[in-house]
Parts: sequence; structure tokens; C-alpha cells
Amino acid sequence: MENIVKKILKTGIKSEAAPFPDERLRVLRGRLSEAVLRRFGRALAIRHVDAGSCNACELEINAMHNPYYNLEGLGIHFVASPRHADLLLVTGPVSRHMELALKRTYEATPDPKLVVACGDCGVCGGIFGESYASLGRVANVIPVDVAVPGCPPSPNAIIQGILTALMPEAETQA
Amino acid sequence: MDLAGFTAMLQTISKAPKAAYGVFEVSKLRPACSILQSAGGRLIALWGSDERESLDAPCPFALHLAFALGPTLGLVWIAIPLEAPEYPSIHDIFPAASRMQRAAFDLSGLSAINSPDARKWLRHGAWPQEAFPLQKRFSGSFPIEADDYPFVTVEGDGVSEIPVGPVHAGTIEPGHFRFSVVGEKVLRLEERLGYTHKGIEKRFESLGMMDGARLAGRISGDSTVAYAWAYAMAIERATGTTPPQRALWLRALWLERERAMNHLGDLGAIANDAGFAFGLAQFSRLKEDLLRENFAMSGHRYLMDAVVPGGVAGDPGDRLVHVVDEAQRFEAELDELKAIYDDHAGLQDRFRGAGRLSPSLAARLGVVGLAARASGKAMDLRADFPSSPYDQLDLKIATAAEGDVAARVAVRFAEIQESLRLWRIIAQRIPSGSVLEPIPPDPPPALGVGWVEGWRGEVLIALALGNHGALARVHAHDPSWQNWPALEHAVLDNIVPDFPLINKSFNLSYSGHDL
Repeated sequence: MENIVKKILKTGIKSEAAPFPDERLRVLRGRLSEAVLRRFGRALAIRHVDAGSCNACELEINAMHNPYYNLEGLGIHFVASPRHADLLLVTGPVSRHMELALKRTYEATPDPKLVVACGDCGVCGGIFGESYASLGRVANVIPVDVAVPGCPPSPNAIIQGILTALMPEAETQA
Repeated sequence: MDLAGFTAMLQTISKAPKAAYGVFEVSKLRPACSILQSAGGRLIALWGSDERESLDAPCPFALHLAFALGPTLGLVWIAIPLEAPEYPSIHDIFPAASRMQRAAFDLSGLSAINSPDARKWLRHGAWPQEAFPLQKRFSGSFPIEADDYPFVTVEGDGVSEIPVGPVHAGTIEPGHFRFSVVGEKVLRLEERLGYTHKGIEKRFESLGMMDGARLAGRISGDSTVAYAWAYAMAIERATGTTPPQRALWLRALWLERERAMNHLGDLGAIANDAGFAFGLAQFSRLKEDLLRENFAMSGHRYLMDAVVPGGVAGDPGDRLVHVVDEAQRFEAELDELKAIYDDHAGLQDRFRGAGRLSPSLAARLGVVGLAARASGKAMDLRADFPSSPYDQLDLKIATAAEGDVAARVAVRFAEIQESLRLWRIIAQRIPSGSVLEPIPPDPPPALGVGWVEGWRGEVLIALALGNHGALARVHAHDPSWQNWPALEHAVLDNIVPDFPLINKSFNLSYSGHDL
């Protein structure tokens, strides 16, 4: 126990400042009213759905929880069920074998809800594209509010996407 | 036919790592498998091909198998030309063949006769049973069908089923687990994979040799270096290209950084699944430090697209000198954290005895990589079949005997330490020179194979080049194929709440398996 406390003290606080929202990442405008977004504030619950990713985006989503990005320090946390979620964070081109599961997860998420597509595959289909097995971008299957490009996008870029989805448009433009 | 007779029919296709190729009649398939099995060989991969567009092919279809044999033979790739799309099942000789045979039917339409399990595997509802995506005539897409998959059910007093997935509670890939339990105890686990099937092998056939490298690097993102290297090795063999020595040393540095990165992440995540959040915080911090240095050296946190056919995409140059200091700092931190893990009674109580995979069962199932080494088997391509620079690095294989979560944790600690030693040697001894040898733009048709020990286990890419360097067929094999069935056994008699911990201790790839 003593060694654990010593290590924690020696490590110190590593958290860095969060990025600013970026209006260019927005796909759909004004899906949620300003009043709703204000109510969310930053107390946001996210359900992640891997709809066919190569798992690199998952590495970066997990990295958002490390001490440098400290996502929970912003009031944003991941939940185990879509029924507890305000926002779906979707990775991958949507494989046809995941289409039904993704639609059901979307339907199970209570309104008002937001969707962020994460990574080049989610944004445009990426290198896998559309085929007998892949439906391509997430917006081909469910509505997407914000799309974050990158292969994979960095933790900061994903946080930026989430904050953009949460921020009333008037404020990000200011 | 005996082993000598078998090997007489092979031709060497590569010297380091050693690889040979041979063509056999279908009547020789089972005898050859029996010979290889009794000679201590293991099945690496099994796949099919449609040869109807190759002008000189003797038959419309072919079955392909890759085996690993002792150091004198190395990798053996055999092709079985087939008049009709069927062949005798080899599941009884190599149990690992079972799911691969099911996938070879789903994708290529080759059916294994006398197989006890002929259920679909990678196919859910995206294409009908009569259509085969890897046959050349296949095109377009089909309306989605309902996926009614006949799970095996367990009956008896007090037995209930728990279906889990494909969407899981945490940030992990999609797959379905069907538990049969009594109370909290697991009587049976049946996996259903294939959810992330996105048509990777078909996609290769529409790409050129160089673009194929980008796709190979995205088969399983956490193993991007291993896949990109295996792919590059296959292209280089098929085209007769020799990458510069400096490029090979840089590839080894990238591969060892990928290994350390994943092991660091797992050591934190495994402890977190045992309720020790301190471990996750500390190891995810170290992993982030490593990723940032990767970015500084290569321009990519995960080293994606850093390995290309012919060499590597860039040279970190002077930045390499930092690697020595970085390795030293990681070693010191790792020692501190290992002492904390070892002394933590609560953590060790969760690790020891959980998810045990006995050495005999691991050998029978053909388990590979980290999981095999944690079940007492000293196997590692870097030591057993070393190619440059591993033939000059004197790798020490890390093993543990118990086969439980604690053993898989111990092997990870030891492998990070060994990787850090290699980082330092590579940074100090790397030869100078160029890092890229161009691939000839219009090579003749040829076969190529690449075989690399990734952090999870051996990754294989086998490919056939057609005219003008077209990718006629690319098969990618992930070590998860062998190790997923082992998880079904390791979890037996454990309690359901220990499943996440046991699953994490294997950390298998869904995307690499589902293709």
C-alpha cells in the first residue's frame, strides 16, 4: 500500500487541457435545441458501438481515459448500456453483420440523443468502402451529428468531436 | 508416403525465414497431414482459392494449407488442386482446422467432407449460402437474411443461458458469447464471431500491391506493424525484392514497440478488470508516453503505414538516440510496478488459477503466441525461425507453466522487458544506409508468403500475384483463429464475473479473425 501511494505522489497530475470544439466536424445542424444541449452541459453519458472497426479507433477511445486526456475529468463518462446513454460513439465502416445491432442500439438510446462517427471508416467508409459485407459510413445507417476523421483520430480529436456535438452552435461560432 | 517422401515434393521459396511450397493431390491431403502431425508440425492456416481465371491452373479450385515444422523445414505451404469444390475434413488431425474449414466454405465454397460441424461461421446474413464472395464470379451485394444460428444447448436442472453481445458493455470489439451456467459457474461457452466481417480478402483483389499494404495494416489495428511486415515480406518474396538491412532493423524496432505498447495496455486493463484502477492509470500513462514517441519518430501513434513493401516509409534518423533513454526509463518504471503487482494479495488472488489453460490442452488445440507461452510452450518465430535482424539479437523466449491469468500477466511483463532490451540494441547497432528498395512495377505471376511473430502470436499473409502485379488472392491469418477456441475451454468451471478478466488476459482480435 505504501508503495502504491508513493508511486501516485511521484507520478503527479498529468492531465492536459481539453481541446476546443470545432464547428467543421459537424454533419447535421440543429438536431437538438440549444436548451437541450445546455441541459446536458458536460455531464454526458456515452455508449460506444464498434460497428466493424479494425480496432485501432478502440485503442484511441480507451486512450481518452488515460491520465493525460482524463475524459472523466470533463464530466464525460462511458456507460454499459445504450439505455443509459446520451451519445453514441460509433466506429468502423458498418459491417452488414452489425447493421441490425447498430440500429437496435440507436433505437434503445433514449431521446434526445447524439451520434458521433469516429474515424475515417465511420466518416466515409475508409479503405474498406462499401461492398457485399460493408455498408460504408455510419451516416448510411443512422443519423450522424458529428464526424471525426483520422485513421485512427487522436484522443484529442475524438474529444473535440464529442465537445462539438455537445456545444450549442452559436457558442462554437463565437 | 513418409516425411522424407513428403519433403522431396517441396521446393524452397525462401531461406530466411525458411519456407517451402508443394502441390499435392487431394488423395494425399490426409496422409500428408498425418505425417506432418506426427513430425510435430502444427497447422497455421487453411484457405481456398478460385482458380478459374488463372490460365495455367490445373483445376477450377484449390485448397491451401500452411504448416509450421521444425527449424530445418520452417513454414510449409501446400496447395491441393480440386476438380470439385470438396475435400476430406482434417479436423480430427488438427482440431484448429474446424473453424477455418467452415470459413473456407462460407467464403470460397469448398466443403469439408465428414466434418462433424458444418455450420456456417463467418457468414451471418449478408450473403446467401449458395453464393461465395471469394469466387471470381461473385459480385454485387445481396439483401440481408435473418441469421438463425443453431447454438449448442446444455440441458439439465438449473441450467440457464446468458447471451452476451455483439454489443458489449465496454469499449471492445463486437462478438457474441453464449454462456450456459449453473448459478454463477460456467458449464459451457460458445462463441459466435464474424460480426466485423467487412470483406477484407475480396477488397485486396481490387487494390494494387502498394495500396494492399495500407489494407494489410488495418486487418487488426493493434497489430498493424505485424500485418504490414508480413504483407511486405510476401510481396518482396513474390517479386524477388530484397529490402535494405536498415529497413529490416527499423521494422524490428517498430514491431517491438507495438509489442510493448499492447502489453503495457493489457497489463493495465487486466488489473482494472480485477478492480485495481491504479494499474490502469499507471500503465495507460506509460502506453501514452510510448505512443507519443512513436508519433515523434514515425508521424503515427500506432506506426500505421510505417512498413511498406520494399522497406519502411521513413527514417527516424537522429530521433533514434532517444530510444535508449526511453527504454531505461520504462525499465525503471516497470520494475516498480511489477513489484506492486506481485505484492498485491487481492490482485494475485484474482489472477492465480483463473482461466487456466493446461499445457496439454493448449498443445492439442494448436494454441499459439503469448497464450501458448503462458501454457508452457516455448515457441516464438523470432527465436525459432529468425529472419534479419532477429538472427543477430539472441532473443530469449518468455514462458510460464501455469496457463492461468497470472501466467499470461507474467509473460507480458517478461516480454516487455525483452522488447526494451531489443529497442536499445537496435538503436545502438542499426546499420546505416537507405530504407527502401523499389518493388518492380510489373512483376510476373508468383506466390509470396510472410510470417511474423506479432505481439499476440504469429501473423501470416499468403498471396498470389497475377499478371502485372495484380493481387489475385490474398489470405490473411490471425493467431486469434487458434486461440479463440482455447478461450471456450479456459473459462470452464470459472464464474461468469471472471469472464472479462480471463477474456482480457487473452485479448484476442475480432477484426483480424472476422476479416
